[in-house]
Amino acid sequence: MLTVNHYILLSAILFSIGTVGVLVRRNPLIMFMSIELMLNAANLSFVGFSRYLQSIDGQVFVFLILAVAAAEVAVGLAIIVALFRTRQTVNVDEANALKG
Amino acid sequence: MESIVFYLFAAIAVIAALGVVVLRNPVYSALCLAVVFVSLAALYVLLSAPFIATAQVMIYAGAILILFVFVIMLLSPGSDPLKEELKRQRPLAILFGGALVALLVLVLATTALPSPRGPYTPERIAEIGSVQAVGASLFTDFLLPFEITSLLLLVAIVGVIVLAKKGR
Amino acid sequence: MRRDTLITEGCVSLDPFLVTLIEALVKTIVVILALLTAFAYLTLVERYVVAKIQSRIGPNRVGAIAGIAILQPIADAIKMIFKEDFWPAQADKVIYTIAPGLAVGTALLAWAVMPLHPPMDIFGYHVEFHIADVNIAVLYLLAVGSLGVYGIVLGGWGSNNKYSMLGALRSTAQMISYEVPLGLALVGVLMISGSLSLVEIVAKQSFIWNVVWQPLGFIIYFVAAVAEVNRLPFDLPEAETELVAGYQTEYSSLKFALFYMAEYINMLTVSAIAATMFLGGYQGPFGILPGVHWLILKIMFFIFLMMWMRGTLPRFRYDQLMRFGWQVLLPLALANIFITGVVILLVK
Repeated sequence: MLTVNHYILLSAILFSIGTVGVLVRRNPLIMFMSIELMLNAANLSFVGFSRYLQSIDGQVFVFLILAVAAAEVAVGLAIIVALFRTRQTVNVDEANALKG
Repeated sequence: MESIVFYLFAAIAVIAALGVVVLRNPVYSALCLAVVFVSLAALYVLLSAPFIATAQVMIYAGAILILFVFVIMLLSPGSDPLKEELKRQRPLAILFGGALVALLVLVLATTALPSPRGPYTPERIAEIGSVQAVGASLFTDFLLPFEITSLLLLVAIVGVIVLAKKGR
Repeated sequence: MRRDTLITEGCVSLDPFLVTLIEALVKTIVVILALLTAFAYLTLVERYVVAKIQSRIGPNRVGAIAGIAILQPIADAIKMIFKEDFWPAQADKVIYTIAPGLAVGTALLAWAVMPLHPPMDIFGYHVEFHIADVNIAVLYLLAVGSLGVYGIVLGGWGSNNKYSMLGALRSTAQMISYEVPLGLALVGVLMISGSLSLVEIVAKQSFIWNVVWQPLGFIIYFVAAVAEVNRLPFDLPEAETELVAGYQTEYSSLKFALFYMAEYINMLTVSAIAATMFLGGYQGPFGILPGVHWLILKIMFFIFLMMWMRGTLPRFRYDQLMRFGWQVLLPLALANIFITGVVILLVK
């Protein structure tokens, strides 16, 4: 019998995997993909709760999150492209020109 | 039956998520992320949210990920360098990930779940249609966030065009 | 319900879930076999149509009956299978292999929701002639269409060839650009039908087809669909005189056959969507004799139109193509939605 706990647990696992990805990888594109993974884990939580609380609000939230994520990815990738066009390297640790 | 489908797609999602984080080649990571998105879409269908499932495939797998793949192919970075910034960063990160899961499970186990509060049971959603339900809510209760989101998308478009232009 | 009928009449005592599963499997196999056969003979039809436009005869040797080479597709298939299976140097083997499979897979997926024939009762068993009746069928079609880009972009990347990559990027950009007016053109139909389910949309066209209410939407949809499928006049990414053969350059033998198949099945898919949403699917004009024969006729009409355009029109340059999609089709599609909304508001 599936309860909301199953979905929340899966969401927690995916979120943690995403966090580890952001912490471990040095390639900005893969870090960004891990962030998208975390966002999706949150979406899964929302939809899970929407189903078990019998409210449609969760699904509406997810819809809006989808739109925001699309905008965020577009801008983020544009920044990455602009940054690494001049720099020719894709190591995030080397983008430290503003470091005090 | 529902359980089998859930466990199947949950397993696929977790394995593919690990693939995103672990694989060296960024194109493989992107493909694994596509698998995660599609398996999550399957889970959304299981949760009586078919509209969100198709929106997820259309937007995430069909647009956002294509954008990722474009940038990966244009920047062609090859493999990820293995240098670490902090000493022992990788084991520490995995430890932290495990601690995070443990924390979330602890919170889940000790909190009482709220009681159902709305009229949208799965039967009702199947009756009136998932799109109609989300649409009705989106255009009445959530009209302001909806309009603000459209403004946000406009700002994002303008921002991307400005950022991506070469020179002035 | 039909499942209970099957069990209470004592013909077979099967778990209802198993019955649904077997039914879906049988329908899927039938549809896929039909599509593969259609693909084979579509290549032949294309050669004849293009030959006629160019004042030639076309194939008339292999297994020719009255000058029509019936066995030509089989000869072509055998030739393609026996070609050297080529692996480009330093190509990414995994991606090089899965790209054609993805292309064909996503092309076939859209047929899961197409209503092919009005529901019938055969031997007391109620049969519905579609593999799945999802009530978000139109969204599903758009989602599967947007997945079709992966086969192309991975094909270009896996070939480890700059020309393939360029062709793939151009083709991908073209496809995702034209997805927008494609979807918007369909919104007009959705506003009239009030439902996203293809089965309902077809059922509501039993007297008048949607093209009567949405002529502009129909034209926009068809133009965007031709661009989606990478057919002339929008086939710059894979034209022979440009970039060798685009993303298909390094592919040979069976993998190339799969890409080729994906392109023709995509043509069939967009024709079927146009026929279903605008021309009434299996409905005849004014509701005469509905059946799958009408659907086949309409699909053949669109395919013939595409082949006619291929033989006649020059191709767009890439920047003209993108400008057309964003600066002409998109505003037209939005205007169509606006006008449809206003008219619906006034009529109600």
